[in-house]
Amino acid sequence: MRNAFADEIARLATIDSRVVLLSGDIGNKLFDSFKEVGEGRFLNCGVAEACMMSTAAGLALSGFRPVVYTITPFTTTRCFEQVRVGVCYHEAPVMIVGTGSGLSYASLGPTHHSLEDLAIMRTLPGMTVLAPCDSEELRALLRQGLQQNGPVYMRIGKKGEPTIPAVEPAIHLGRGRIIRRGSDVCLIATGTIMSEALAAAELLAKEGLSCQLMSCHTVKPLDVTMLEEVFHAFPLVGVVEEHGRIGGLGGAIAEWRCGRKEELAPMVTFGAADTFLHEIGSQAYARGRYGLTAVVIAATLRGRLYDRLREGGPAADAVRD
Amino acid sequence: MEIRALKLPVADLEARARQIRGRVIRTSHRTKTPHLASCLSAIDILMAAYFHALRIDPHHPKHPDRDRFLLSKGHAAPALFWVLAERGFFPESLLADYGKDGSLFAEHPPTPNHLPGIEAATGSLGHGLPMGLGMALAGRLQGRSFNVYALVGDGECNEGAVWEAALLAGAQRLERLCVIVDANRWQATGRSSEIMAIEPLAEKWRAFGWSAVEVDGHDMGSLARRLEAVPDGTGKPVAIVARTTKGRGVSFMEDDNDWHYRIPSPHEVEEAERQLGLTP
Repeated sequence: MRNAFADEIARLATIDSRVVLLSGDIGNKLFDSFKEVGEGRFLNCGVAEACMMSTAAGLALSGFRPVVYTITPFTTTRCFEQVRVGVCYHEAPVMIVGTGSGLSYASLGPTHHSLEDLAIMRTLPGMTVLAPCDSEELRALLRQGLQQNGPVYMRIGKKGEPTIPAVEPAIHLGRGRIIRRGSDVCLIATGTIMSEALAAAELLAKEGLSCQLMSCHTVKPLDVTMLEEVFHAFPLVGVVEEHGRIGGLGGAIAEWRCGRKEELAPMVTFGAADTFLHEIGSQAYARGRYGLTAVVIAATLRGRLYDRLREGGPAADAVRD
Repeated sequence: MEIRALKLPVADLEARARQIRGRVIRTSHRTKTPHLASCLSAIDILMAAYFHALRIDPHHPKHPDRDRFLLSKGHAAPALFWVLAERGFFPESLLADYGKDGSLFAEHPPTPNHLPGIEAATGSLGHGLPMGLGMALAGRLQGRSFNVYALVGDGECNEGAVWEAALLAGAQRLERLCVIVDANRWQATGRSSEIMAIEPLAEKWRAFGWSAVEVDGHDMGSLARRLEAVPDGTGKPVAIVARTTKGRGVSFMEDDNDWHYRIPSPHEVEEAERQLGLTP
């Protein structure tokens, strides 16, 4: 994913002379092609993220479209004050990119995990929050994000994430996207956990349950039209994110949902528990510790659907078929 | 369209600075807003900048070639508001709303989109210099020759982001970036050098790759000369450590840190005006 980012941002910078890239002393070789775009267009700001974020705000207020890139905790929690004041209060068109999001850097330990970024970034007025699921979404959202006239935060993975085959190829910032069609249950996922969500949908299919999978790459602003549809059309909606269960996509949807008057499908959220992970391992291991696996997601959804069947709710038909 | 500095002579700057001091004191009294002493230490620096050195045009506040001035110590906003009004960025009558509900004027500067002449909304300390750094980088990338000035307090220099910016600007040799330290030797609750090992300030900036000078921060001639001598020919960013007195201009406020928060009484306003030579 980060290779796609490096490639796409270099391409965009050759087209748009306002694009400059600020890195917090990472991705040195990664940006070799960007460095050829023009003198001074790439700036290694050192390990000084607060200054880097304010510098980006200053560049944006002077007509540039700065892209700030470093590991997620360091573009978010480390310099949240600078994001809030320099970038958001000034409505500065800065694109903030967090790489290695969620549990991508599981083996580096909780200092490098990011399970809070979606929650805190979406609290900021005017901030657009994006979490592409693969390189295709990343490229499209990077292009569209740079056309926004305000601040954008985008969390991305590391490298080697699979490309997700989707029934709906078009990618529009602010609009949910159908990855896989289904009729019994709906799963909404954001970011690189999409591969597990897709595997969960496939497991359910083997058991005769048809699962619709949506990509909600834009966490803010929420695609409320999409939410209206799925919460009316399905008996149960699951929300999956490689993020804490507090304040992320699940939290955002719950906020939207609690403001509705009509009866909507119940929802179940999948995300990290409210605890740091002290036992370290691979990303797959860390996801497993937080229950973010296809098996757990599929089993939970199946269980909830059967609960509904026993209760004789609207899910009954789906499961009986 | 060329953009020029006003280059007012020293006597004129000094006379206007006395007027501004009077307005800021009356505003503090009328609106019960604090940070009066912090304003008084910075006013001569602001006057030398806005009425002598800065290449700005109040009729074209977003002119791409204008010099940028960021009041990084945003709590001196009342002084900045009166200086900008005096310079013609907006009518003084606008300041009658200061402190009223719905006013544009907070106790810190609003964003550039809300008030002409403002380059950055500051108040949270340690933001102005790195934002100015970004503007100076932008100027260099655009091939423009504007200067960027950031006025920081010595108390503000507690903030790590100030020194992050010092390191980056030093490495980038941003010769059109200038930091002015309003070194009034006090911060909110005590002596700056007792709370943090903030001195020697000029040596610190030099060690970070800057060309640093110390000036009497109330000597209008020295301030004007130093501010207009950016870049200074060394190829380095410029640090002007302005030695100032908190509460400058009013005997009973000078170097008395109670006036960081205290609001003057009617009698004190009258006495201050008398000392500033503002009453006939």
